[in-house]
Amino acid sequence: MGNILIVAEHQDGKIKKVTQELVTKGLELAGKISGQVEVVVIGHGIQNPGEIGAFGAKKIYVVDTPALEKYNTDGLTKVLADLIGETKPQVVLGTASSIGKDLFPRLAARIGAGLASDCTSLDVQDGKLLATRPIYAGKAIIDVKYESAIQLATARPNSFVAQSVGGTAEVVAKALDAGTLRAVMKEVIKGKSDKADLTEASKIVSGGRAMKSADNFKILNELADVLGATVGASRAAVDSGYASHDMQVGQTGKVVNPNLYIACGISGAIQHLAGMRTSKVIVAINKDPEAPIFTKADYGIVGDLFQVVPLLTQELKKILAE
Amino acid sequence: MKIAVLLKQVPDTETKIRINAGASGIETDGVKFVVSPYDEFAVEEAIKTKEKTAPGEVIAVSMGPARAVEAIRTALAMGADKGIHIDDAGLQADGYVTARVLANAIKNENFDLIFCGKQAGDDDASQVPSMVAEFLNIPQVTVVDKIDLGADKKSATVQRSAGGGAKEVYELQFPALISCDKGLNTPRYASLPGIMKAKTKPVQSLKAADLLGETKPLSVAVNYRLPPERKAGKVLQGEPEQVVKELAKLLREEAKVI
Repeated sequence: MGNILIVAEHQDGKIKKVTQELVTKGLELAGKISGQVEVVVIGHGIQNPGEIGAFGAKKIYVVDTPALEKYNTDGLTKVLADLIGETKPQVVLGTASSIGKDLFPRLAARIGAGLASDCTSLDVQDGKLLATRPIYAGKAIIDVKYESAIQLATARPNSFVAQSVGGTAEVVAKALDAGTLRAVMKEVIKGKSDKADLTEASKIVSGGRAMKSADNFKILNELADVLGATVGASRAAVDSGYASHDMQVGQTGKVVNPNLYIACGISGAIQHLAGMRTSKVIVAINKDPEAPIFTKADYGIVGDLFQVVPLLTQELKKILAE
Repeated sequence: MKIAVLLKQVPDTETKIRINAGASGIETDGVKFVVSPYDEFAVEEAIKTKEKTAPGEVIAVSMGPARAVEAIRTALAMGADKGIHIDDAGLQADGYVTARVLANAIKNENFDLIFCGKQAGDDDASQVPSMVAEFLNIPQVTVVDKIDLGADKKSATVQRSAGGGAKEVYELQFPALISCDKGLNTPRYASLPGIMKAKTKPVQSLKAADLLGETKPLSVAVNYRLPPERKAGKVLQGEPEQVVKELAKLLREEAKVI
C-alpha cells in the first residue's frame, strides 16, 4: 500500500487548476497501488483548502505560516521532507512550474528519491510509478523507471483533465517549522498581462518574424483577448526584438501544451515545432504555402496575416457572443 | 572571487533527433555537439562577474565523454581561466548521480558563486542545479534573468522568472548557486586570440567513477522513441472573409476548442 502526496500550487490564496488535474490523475494511480490521495498546501491564508477533496483527495495537510507566505526553496524543502518522513507516501507529485522545477530536485536530493521532471503521462508498473516525459524539447520521448522507494515527479500543466468526483477530505493543520531561510524573496514584480503563463495556457496565439514589429503584435493581443488566450512568439520574433524573452515558444524558450495554438506568420523551424507539437489543435496562418508549419497544422490558411487575423478576431467575437 | 560554471555538451538545437537501435538513447553519429544554450548564458555571466570583481578566476566544469573537453575549451576561449573535465565512461547517470559527481568535484574548491544553465538542452530536466546546491548546502536561485552584485561582492539581488511574465526578486548571500535563463545577457563570441589562448589553459581530468562514492542512480530512462507524427490537416481555400468563417466553424464544431 502506498499513498500519493500531491504538493498543491496556489496563487492569490486560491488553489490552482493544475493541482486539481494532479489529484484526478493521482486518484487513478492510487487505485493501482492500493493507496489514497493526500494533498499538502503550504503558504499563508489559503482559502478553502478542503475544496480539493471534491476531486478525490482524502486528506489535506495545511501548513499555514507567515514565514512561507512567499515561496522559499529552503522552507518548502524542509517542510516537505519533514512531512514525507512522517506520512511516508510512496509517490509525491508536483507541477512542472517555476516553483516545482526549483523545489522538487532539491527535495529529491534531500530525501534520496528518484525524480522525473516535466512529465506528460504517469502510470504504475510493477508497483512503482512509471513516468513519461519529452526530451530535446519534445523531439523525443522517454519513460522513466524508478530505483527508489519514494518516487517523485512533476507534471506539465494541461496533461490531465481535472474531474470532480464529489468527495470530501479531512483537513489536518500541520505546524511544521520552515527552518532557516536563505535566498529570501523580497518582492514580486507582476507581469504586464494577467493572462495565464504560456506553459499553463489552454489557448495560445503566437507571432513570428512576419509580424514585422512589436507594435503589430497588437492584432494578436486583440485575437487573444477574444479567445482568453496567452500571446507567444517564435525565436525569430524574439531575437528581432518584436517580443520579450518570456514569450518565446520552442527549444530555448517555453514548451507549451495548449488545447489551441494559433501560429501567425511562423514558418515552423524545427526548434519551434518541437516546443508546441503536443498542442491538441494547431492553426497556421502564413503567406508561404510551403512553410513547414503547414505540415503540422490541423487547419491552415494561406494568406496575409494582417488581413486574416483581424477578420478572424471579428468572426470569433461574433460566434462567441452567440 | 572564485567562480565555477557547470556546463554540458549537447546536440545543437538544429539537430534532427534519431533513436538508436536499442532504444536506449539517441543516435550520435553525425550530430554536432555544442555548449548547451542556457549554459552559454552561465559562462558569460561568470566571466562578466569576474571582470566586475577582479581579481578572481572562473573554472569551467563539465562531465561527459572525451568530446566534452571541446565545450570546456569554448568556455576557456570566451574567457574562463581553467577547466575540469569529468570523464563519465561507464557511468549510469540520472540527475541525482550527475549532481553528486559535480558537487564532489568542486566541494573543496570553496567557490563564492556557481553558475549553470536553467536546464540542459538535451534532457530538459532542470534537476542538476537545485541538486548541486543541496549537496553543497548552499542557497540557490534558479531561472535568473537579472543579477545586481552587492557592493560588498558577497551578495546580490537577483530576479527570477515566475511565469506569466512575473518576476521574483531575491536577496542572496554568497556562496550560492544561480541557474541562468535567456535574457540574462548576450554571450560573447570567442575572439581569435581567445581561441589561441584557450589551447594553453589548464584542463584537469577527473573520473566520475572516483567521485561517485556510494551514490547509485535513483531513476533510469528507458524506451527512447520519437513522438507520434502530426499529420498535415486541412488547408482552407478561398477568399479571406470566407475561410475565416469556415475556420471559426471548424474550431467550434469539429475541433470543439472554442
